[in-house]
Amino acid sequence: MKARKSVSLLLLVMGFTAFLLVNEPQSAYAMHIMEGFLPVGWALFWWALFIPFFVLGLRAIARITRETPELKLMLGLAGAFTFVLSALKIPSVTGSSSHPTGTGLGTVMFGPLPMSVLGSIVLLFQAVLLAHGGITTLGANAFSMAVCGPIVGYAVYKWLMKSTGKQLMAIFFAAALADLTTYVVTSLQLSLAFPAESGGILASFVKFGGIFATTQIPLAVSEGLLTVLIWNWLKSNSSEELSILERRMKGAHQA
Amino acid sequence: MRLATRNILLLTAVILLAVLPLLLVNGEFGGADDAAEALIQEIHPSYEPWFSSFFELPSETESMLFALQAAIGAGIICYAIGYFKGKSVTKTKAK
Repeated sequence: MKARKSVSLLLLVMGFTAFLLVNEPQSAYAMHIMEGFLPVGWALFWWALFIPFFVLGLRAIARITRETPELKLMLGLAGAFTFVLSALKIPSVTGSSSHPTGTGLGTVMFGPLPMSVLGSIVLLFQAVLLAHGGITTLGANAFSMAVCGPIVGYAVYKWLMKSTGKQLMAIFFAAALADLTTYVVTSLQLSLAFPAESGGILASFVKFGGIFATTQIPLAVSEGLLTVLIWNWLKSNSSEELSILERRMKGAHQA
Repeated sequence: MRLATRNILLLTAVILLAVLPLLLVNGEFGGADDAAEALIQEIHPSYEPWFSSFFELPSETESMLFALQAAIGAGIICYAIGYFKGKSVTKTKAK
């Protein structure tokens, strides 16, 4: 068992090394959509799509704090985790840097809706203070990072818990895929707004998406690992709050 | 495997994932902003951004703010975990 594990670890390391050596460096765009870089119509469209989720998210947070006030600090923790992770600009295999999203932890804990609020707070902070992302593109960026990512992450978590019952694995894949989904949606948004002259939306999507996916894959893995790490940490200080939270998570499962 | 060992392994993997590209890939590792403009202008040469940020920060200030963002987040996380831990320790002592 132990030998098999170390062999697979070795293979993984070798695989990554080969991948890194073979990969040609290229400049890549792999972060949020910059201010002014979506045409007005699309900017408004994504805002309109995002706002209902934001309202639902506010209501979900209000319900959580009303039903289980003990979990307020956990909500804060989930928000803070998003804060930290989206500040980490990590170099990636394509020769450019990007950052994880950190939405996976809160999604697993509270479901996808509260993340629409927590995630957009982070995006607002970055757009206003850091000139990273933007106000006009906030709707689109929030829709990809705070709505689509968490929804996919949540579906993955539920599905893996049901089929395998291995919680740590489910958390890892939920976080990693929420991260990856965010950037797939971003490239979809960009290719819808900027279809290529020949080949249209699909050609643009392949172009944006190809860059996005390769840049983001190692970061998605990092995000999954970090989410498992903080989950372990919470668990080892096993507190009352965590058991309340887990009861809540199970309750949501039955519903 | 003990939990601490497992956590250390997790952290090592994360660090390796960040450091290996730096060592092995020969790239600029620039931020995305300029590359984004280039890519969009390559597809749609006529596109003009119609809105720009109110101010453009010097890169030193920007990295300070990114560090601040991470620091605020880490502060809250550690406060929360410390609080939970303190609570469970008092509880076991009381028993």
